[in-house]
Amino acid sequence: MAERSIDVAQGKSLASKFLRWEWLLVLIFIAVNIVNTRLSPYYLSLDTFLGTPANFLDKAFLVLPMTFVIILGNIDISVASNVALSAVIMATTFNMGLPLPAAMALCLLVSTLAGWFNGFLLTRFKELSAVIVTLITMIIYRGIAYMILQDQAAGNFPDWFSFLGWGNIGPFPFILLVFILCAIAFGVLLHGTAFGRKIFAMGNNALTARYSGVRTDSVIQTVSALTGLMAGFTAIFLSSRMGSTRPNVAMGYELDVIAMVVLGGVSTSGGRGTIAGPLLAIFIIGFLNYGLGLVNVQAQVLLIIVGLLLILSVLVLNVRFSGRHRRPALGAGREK
Amino acid sequence: MSQNEASVAGKPKARVSGSYRELGLLVFIVVLCAVIQVRNQSFLTISNIADLLDNTAILGILAVGMMMVILTRGIDLSIGATIALSGMVSALTVAANPSMSPLLSILEGMAVGLVVGSLIGVLVARFSVLPIIATLGAMNIVRGVTYVVSNGAWVSSYQMSNGFQSIAMGRVFGVNNLVVIAIVVFVVFGYFLNYTRMGRRIYAVGSNPEAADVSGIPRRFILWFVYAVMGALSGLAGVLWVAKFASAQGDTATGYELNVIAAAVLGGVSINGGSGKITGLILGTILLGILNNALPLVNVSPFWQQAIQGFVILAAILTNLLVKRNGLRQALRKRAI
Repeated sequence: MAERSIDVAQGKSLASKFLRWEWLLVLIFIAVNIVNTRLSPYYLSLDTFLGTPANFLDKAFLVLPMTFVIILGNIDISVASNVALSAVIMATTFNMGLPLPAAMALCLLVSTLAGWFNGFLLTRFKELSAVIVTLITMIIYRGIAYMILQDQAAGNFPDWFSFLGWGNIGPFPFILLVFILCAIAFGVLLHGTAFGRKIFAMGNNALTARYSGVRTDSVIQTVSALTGLMAGFTAIFLSSRMGSTRPNVAMGYELDVIAMVVLGGVSTSGGRGTIAGPLLAIFIIGFLNYGLGLVNVQAQVLLIIVGLLLILSVLVLNVRFSGRHRRPALGAGREK
Repeated sequence: MSQNEASVAGKPKARVSGSYRELGLLVFIVVLCAVIQVRNQSFLTISNIADLLDNTAILGILAVGMMMVILTRGIDLSIGATIALSGMVSALTVAANPSMSPLLSILEGMAVGLVVGSLIGVLVARFSVLPIIATLGAMNIVRGVTYVVSNGAWVSSYQMSNGFQSIAMGRVFGVNNLVVIAIVVFVVFGYFLNYTRMGRRIYAVGSNPEAADVSGIPRRFILWFVYAVMGALSGLAGVLWVAKFASAQGDTATGYELNVIAAAVLGGVSINGGSGKITGLILGTILLGILNNALPLVNVSPFWQQAIQGFVILAAILTNLLVKRNGLRQALRKRAI
């Protein structure tokens, strides 16, 4: 307990500790790029570094709020289903005659509501863990997407819509610029505002945070709604890149996203983490996948690699933090 | 050592409310059956009921393992992948050695599952990795390994010996092997959970881990044990699955873990650990089996199935919760606190 309060009070010691993890990530990132350069003579160019991120940034939008969720000590495995649901609703309403901008707004609205509903269940029924709540909504959201579109695809989007996922502004892909803006916003929110401090406080000890005057329910609902909003962004960019939408899009994204956050040094038991770590992890996993794609490694092998990365980074982090203080189990972000 | 911590308030009372819950579930199943029967006369025929039981048996076997995992406050998302891997490995072996005894195939599948489950158990028990993280990672690793082992190819029925297929097709006294195996699993684990020291310790670890530690219960060993057993049961289910559908594929049983968790939760296994019974689990499994079997009979599109299941699970969990809250409130009122 004393250890913990010192950590919070002395920002410097905390920062130096985390810098080490993030420097490690930078080294891994450089190593990945060196390997990629070896693999393909065409790899090392400015185009690669600016263009490649567009391939994997769609799911990166989910990494930002997932960092908040995991720092809170919760988890959200419904994000991929939320992406599918909001993408299907956008494409279906567009095909039924709604103007595309309105359909996109509807997409963001639906995804935010779906995200907020998780928070509503979590705060209204505190006995339920985040695992089970988001597991149920994962089934329901994907289920509704199947109800709407069955085994069909929807799309036929106009040209300007594909610009969102494929277009460039100057040398920069549009999606990269939007992502940088979002990352800055989330970074400031987490590290520069009272709201961010409340998230860390709740992740360390939700009950103490509540007794200190943090409105914990409202924080959880806000973070859930933000997660939903970002699922809407992912839905829009994913649809734009794929050109059409099916109910089975974004299958398995939750694993990629959680793996990125955990690899980024965010503790799965809450209270620890930065936004920079997961950002680095996005690019490590993204460029790793790209490089392995260059040498025709099967997609299934990538599954194995991402799974191993997730488990290994949790193991390393658990060993690093073990003995510092004992952690309560999952759901620590909410008092009972 | 009754069902849950609420039993402190009054042991007999807790037991009564526990069986009320199962009675409620039973009544719901009967009403559901009646409604379906009115809509479609072919529902309550011997052949359809036999069909329903055949299709639910594998779910039941897995639900027993999942119940033990959930009893310790855990969850296992990797079992769909474990089913695929063990089914694929046993099918590949049978394709290479057609004369192999079916019993050996079953043992082989269970061994594969046991290895996967043990590894997950080590992560959760020894290294304190959250169950959801460990099993989410394992799900993808195991699924990937399945594709690598099979090189992306399928094993089809013509490559499987008759002996292997008879695992799922054969009958004992007119009852399908799958159903017989499921009943054996229910009986064995019903006895194990209720009447052995190890079984009671699983409940103890789930209802209060700290108290279990202090009482000298080997908590970490028990955590490892439930994941290992879950793995072995998934391995068994994998062989049965492949024998039943006469086809082993890389994407076999994708997402099936959700059905299994749903069956356990519908059967009244508390997701906060420490509470749940085999009898409830059987009812939960049958209810889910009926939903799967009957929705096509009453002309509900198969694409609606997932959403309907989701809402039924949500309703079941919330009902369970509100009933429990109400019970606690009344217990407090009775003691005038």
